Amino acid sequence: MSTMNEAEVRAEVREWLAANWDPDMPLVEWRGRLADSGWGMPQWPKEWYGRGLPMALARVVEEELAAVGAVGVAKSGVRLLAAATILEHGSDLHKKRYLRRILTGEDTWCQFFSEPGSGSDLAGATTRAELKGDFWIVNGQKVWTTSAHHADHGMLLARTDWDAPKHEGLSYFIIDVKQPGVDVQPLRQMNGHASFNQVFFTDAKVPKENLVGRVGEGWKVAMTTLAHERRGADGLPPPPKRGTRIGRIHAEERAEAEKANQPYEWYPQRAGRVDLIIDRAKETGTNKDPVVRQEIAKLMTLAKCAEWTARRARAAQRQGRPQGPEGSLGKLAASHVARACARVHTLMTGTAAMLTGPESPREGIIAEILVSVPAVSIAGGTDEIQRNIIAERVLELPKEPRFDTGPFRNVRRN
Amino acid sequence: MSIANESTSEPKRRIQFAFTDEQEQFRTALRRFLNDRSPTTEVRRLMATETGYDPAVWRQLSDELALPGIHVPEQYGGAGFGMVELGIVMEELGRSLLCAPYFSTAVLAANAILNAGTETQKAALLPDLASGARLATLAIAEPDGDWNPAAIATVAAPAGDGYRLDGVKSYVVDGHIADLLIVAARAPKTSGLEGLALFTLAADASGVKRRQLAAMDPTRKIAQIEFSGAQASLLGNFNDGAKAIERTLDQAVIALANEMAGGAQTMLDSAVNYAKMRVQFGRTIGSFQAIKHKLADLLLEVELAKSAAYHAAQAAAANDPEWPALASLAKAATSETYMHAAAECIQIHGGIGFTWDNDTHLWFKRAKSSEVFLGQPSYHRELLMQRWGV
Ligand SMILES: Cc1cc2nc3c(=O)[nH]c(=O)nc-3n(C[C@H](O)[C@H](O)[C@H](O)COP(=O)(O)OP(=O)(O)OC[C@H]3O[C@@H](n4cnc5c(N)ncnc54)[C@H](O)[C@@H]3O)c2cc1C
Repeated sequence: MSTMNEAEVRAEVREWLAANWDPDMPLVEWRGRLADSGWGMPQWPKEWYGRGLPMALARVVEEELAAVGAVGVAKSGVRLLAAATILEHGSDLHKKRYLRRILTGEDTWCQFFSEPGSGSDLAGATTRAELKGDFWIVNGQKVWTTSAHHADHGMLLARTDWDAPKHEGLSYFIIDVKQPGVDVQPLRQMNGHASFNQVFFTDAKVPKENLVGRVGEGWKVAMTTLAHERRGADGLPPPPKRGTRIGRIHAEERAEAEKANQPYEWYPQRAGRVDLIIDRAKETGTNKDPVVRQEIAKLMTLAKCAEWTARRARAAQRQGRPQGPEGSLGKLAASHVARACARVHTLMTGTAAMLTGPESPREGIIAEILVSVPAVSIAGGTDEIQRNIIAERVLELPKEPRFDTGPFRNVRRN
Repeated sequence: MSIANESTSEPKRRIQFAFTDEQEQFRTALRRFLNDRSPTTEVRRLMATETGYDPAVWRQLSDELALPGIHVPEQYGGAGFGMVELGIVMEELGRSLLCAPYFSTAVLAANAILNAGTETQKAALLPDLASGARLATLAIAEPDGDWNPAAIATVAAPAGDGYRLDGVKSYVVDGHIADLLIVAARAPKTSGLEGLALFTLAADASGVKRRQLAAMDPTRKIAQIEFSGAQASLLGNFNDGAKAIERTLDQAVIALANEMAGGAQTMLDSAVNYAKMRVQFGRTIGSFQAIKHKLADLLLEVELAKSAAYHAAQAAAANDPEWPALASLAKAATSETYMHAAAECIQIHGGIGFTWDNDTHLWFKRAKSSEVFLGQPSYHRELLMQRWGV
């Protein structure tokens, strides 16, 4: 851990930015330079594109980048979950091969965890990987895989031992998505978009060295990925950017974002768009309806409390205190906020909630909120699973009874 | 009807999201004291008495912990801390349900004097409240139970070198034991927020008739007080009267929100402990998802409510212009959570939860009395909307 203080960090980043930031540099080149300097992910270890700074100081660095309008390293999608998992469990080869290209935005990742027969119960995966010579040969099916249609690599959880108990027969791999044995088929969602896919593996190949962790340790490695996923789900928007000079790099960034985000344009809507609530109340005149006013106040209270709870968790972390219960609640809170938003938005919209598309309220945004919000309480672990986790880990209540012990071969499944 | 703090000179600071180490230590010491002095056996003993508190414990918490003047500036005999520390005290009192005239003397009366009093009045009145030597309370609501100051009907007419009070106040916390009464009243022939001011008088003055009311929540004693031509002194002036009353109520609402957050935490802890212990169908009831998920939801609710209560206190301490709105937000959030936590705690206890011997009902009753005291959640939600300009 570094012993730099806030003022020293600010001074050093500023100096580095003054010497290096150039808004007219190509995007990938700039991000590479930023990654190599360690200022792109300052909380990462020094040997791997970081500076070993605590999270609190990493935010300071972010502020400094934002202050000069500098573009940060690529952070979209699940790339940082992949990176966090590789940092914790990957070999030096993995780190060398993948981390930098994650940060420059050259590679895109996806997460091959859920299967038709096992979603909440991820450890029930039946996609199999068998070692044949220098390759693991993968056969099976994954589903709901966000971004698989344009991903370069996937984090794959597959079964390598059918006689071991369920959680001990899994292994974790990095698999190339763009190969003949991987067939990606987009799935249309209830909101009409297609950001997730079903993926069929037929003798797909994974080089031997792309095993992450040891054989049979896949569950442990997957837990790292999931922990990072749930921590990131507290629904907080990124800090606003205060750009100074706009250069070609910004245009490139925008173009990249537009292309990459096209299947995900509904993402802001799934969180419920609490930011639109007050404006919509005024715009629809429902701010004069005492019943609606009560509903708005309830929703805004919930949303504010969720935001402050996340900030309490961060502030405690910054002070070096052990994590309290407030740190485990973000995902469940975000579900409640999203659902309440969908309810209040449609309440305020009234009969026009029967409409969708460009001619409907707010060019279809309101309709899209309604049909996108249900994703939040399912993706990344359902609300029910979150409640189990909170009850068991935070409140230390008894674990769920198990009916899936013994060799996996004999366990009941779909 | 925002009363953003034009009257205070303190500059605006950034709102904090964590307690300092000193504040945490203060909380720990306080919790130790309360665990020791206010076990439920004591709560039960005191709630059955007429006065409703133990003077020896009051003395101790005044002398050893300086609690009644925790937020009173040092120049008036207080400890010189602010809303955040007052919030910590309230949360711990809510947790332990200490029976003492704290809310009346420290929260309502001391703040009313700080907000309305002249320099001379503050110097004359506050030291005795801060030291715990004198008990005081604030009378706002009347028999109709309306917390909107505009509804005040009690009249203060000039008489001699003071005023004569005529009217009836109700829901006056600790009104039966207070030595000093602070009364909100209006100049004759005024209405709304015009002509409002605060007045002080000794509780044993002539023309004052006090009657303790039968309180649903026996841990918070309340009284009705009739004034018929009682001689009183003006606290501060008429111009800033309504502002001082609203400010005092908003501060009281924040204190109460923190108290409710503490009470809700006790209910959650109690339900969790029982769920780990009670066995049915060969397993602890905490292993049933119906119970487990209820408790996970309650944990979330309690943490969200705490965030609201802490944030309102921090905002008031930082003199953020939004603090009165946040006070209303916190009141609505913590009221509903406390009530829900108390009801679920009874449910999770099953039949024993419905008995007098089980302690849950003590908090259940406090939860409801706090929910309606100083304005119901719906009242504060409406206030929040107004204060946000919606
Ligand atoms: C928009 C979206 C994007 C996604 N992206 C990805 C991705 O990129 N990669 C990936 O691998 N997966 C992804 N998923 C899949 C997601 O993780 C799973 O859908 C989720 O974990 C639930 O699994 P399931 O669909 O099999 O439902 P099931 O597990 O069958 O659950 C059905 C119902 O049973 C309940 N249930 C299940 N187990 C329990 C229990 N123990 N206690 C109480 N109730 C229980 C659930 O809460 C739910 O209500 C995505 C899903 C969505 C909606």
